Amino acid sequence: MAMPATVAWACPCGCRPSRTVSSDAYLKQTIRLGRPGRVMPRFDHLSAAEVEAIVEHIRGWHDGDRPVFSQARIEGDVQRGARLFSQHCAQCHGEQGEGGQGTGVTFSRPRDLPIIAPALNNPGFLAAASDAMIKATLMQGREGTPMASFREQGLSEEQINDLVAYVRSFEGEHTDPAPRVEEIEPTLVYDSPYGLEETVEAVERAAVGKNFRLIRRQKLEEGLFPEGEENDRQVIVYFCNFNFLYDALTVDPRVGLFLPCRVTVVEQEGQVRVMTINPKRLSVLFNNERLDQACDEMHRIYTDILEEATF
Amino acid sequence: MKRMRLTLLILLLAALLRPALAQDLFMVRSQQPFAESMLLLQEAVREQGYTLSRVQRVDIGLTKMGYETDKYRVVFFGKPEQVRRLTREHPELIPYLPLKIAIFAEESDTLLVAANPRHMAEFYGDDELTAVFDQWAVDIQAMLDRLQAAEGM
Repeated sequence: MAMPATVAWACPCGCRPSRTVSSDAYLKQTIRLGRPGRVMPRFDHLSAAEVEAIVEHIRGWHDGDRPVFSQARIEGDVQRGARLFSQHCAQCHGEQGEGGQGTGVTFSRPRDLPIIAPALNNPGFLAAASDAMIKATLMQGREGTPMASFREQGLSEEQINDLVAYVRSFEGEHTDPAPRVEEIEPTLVYDSPYGLEETVEAVERAAVGKNFRLIRRQKLEEGLFPEGEENDRQVIVYFCNFNFLYDALTVDPRVGLFLPCRVTVVEQEGQVRVMTINPKRLSVLFNNERLDQACDEMHRIYTDILEEATF
Repeated sequence: MKRMRLTLLILLLAALLRPALAQDLFMVRSQQPFAESMLLLQEAVREQGYTLSRVQRVDIGLTKMGYETDKYRVVFFGKPEQVRRLTREHPELIPYLPLKIAIFAEESDTLLVAANPRHMAEFYGDDELTAVFDQWAVDIQAMLDRLQAAEGM
């Protein structure tokens, strides 16, 4: 079985903690449920034996023991916990526990922290982590990461309980089920009233008008057939806004799979059409809610370009 | 008759379950450096019977525009006659063709990402296309498996 790479990314490179505050149950639930909207997909299709094997593999990274935590809720004052969270946690985990920026895939860029602070408000995390495990993390910290022991920073056990209660209060914030990728139309397609060449030029003008730089114009079959034998009624226009590209790759380097931007102009049975992928579909495909805004923006830009080119 | 019904039920359940079992994206980490991984990927593409049509050098474009980035390429490939036939018979697939794999450096490792073609199957609901998507998924997975299995330097 291929090891799901994203599981390996959950731990910082080179981190070999001598003690752990992650239980086997937490690791198994993390693999099963993933982190909705945070890159780590659900591996709910793996068998129990496969999940067990992955956990054993992860356990092989260090010599620590295997804690087992109670599933009971810990009582605490949510209001006091909110104040403590803002004071001690929000700098790394975000004001609403949304976690650090980025995906865990570094794209080899300099980063301020050796790891990205996890999203504590994520339904996958909240379902996997018991209150006792969260408390143990706060009490002991996480060796090899910027997460220090709050006990050593002077917080009392009561204050730590308040923090646990506040983190638990994030539950229920994510109530809308994510749309399924199959429900979203894969492409955007417009009929053009113009000829093929005229439409290609109109697409290029529209892209430039939206502050994009033209990268190249090529036949779809280029490189697949010898020169001169390609279908010349299928033309791809590539264009790019490098600032947008750079920002999108920073949010999620996997999105380069669908960048730079591309519009294909096709003539079939006398009808010219312009078509692109539907960026809204990518939001679901990549399971990264930080990409949603960029995908919505891209959807609007594509729609504008296709409409303008075929008006 | 009873046995036939049971077989049909199993087939139906398998058909219903299949999309839910699919991952939307394939991602692997190769312990080979980028240059070696790039060569291996091109070999793997050819070994699976595909023609490499182009390599988009995303990092070169970014660097020219003054952005700091490591190696990032997108490798395009397809089976020429299949691409020609599918774009003729199913023009709705055109924006997704040729197929592609993104490959980028992360320090001394290389990461590879591809969309799982099976994610299109349920939307189109066409038996012939579903078989094509399944085959692409198997082939892309085989390419990525080869990269993942490569020993580090």
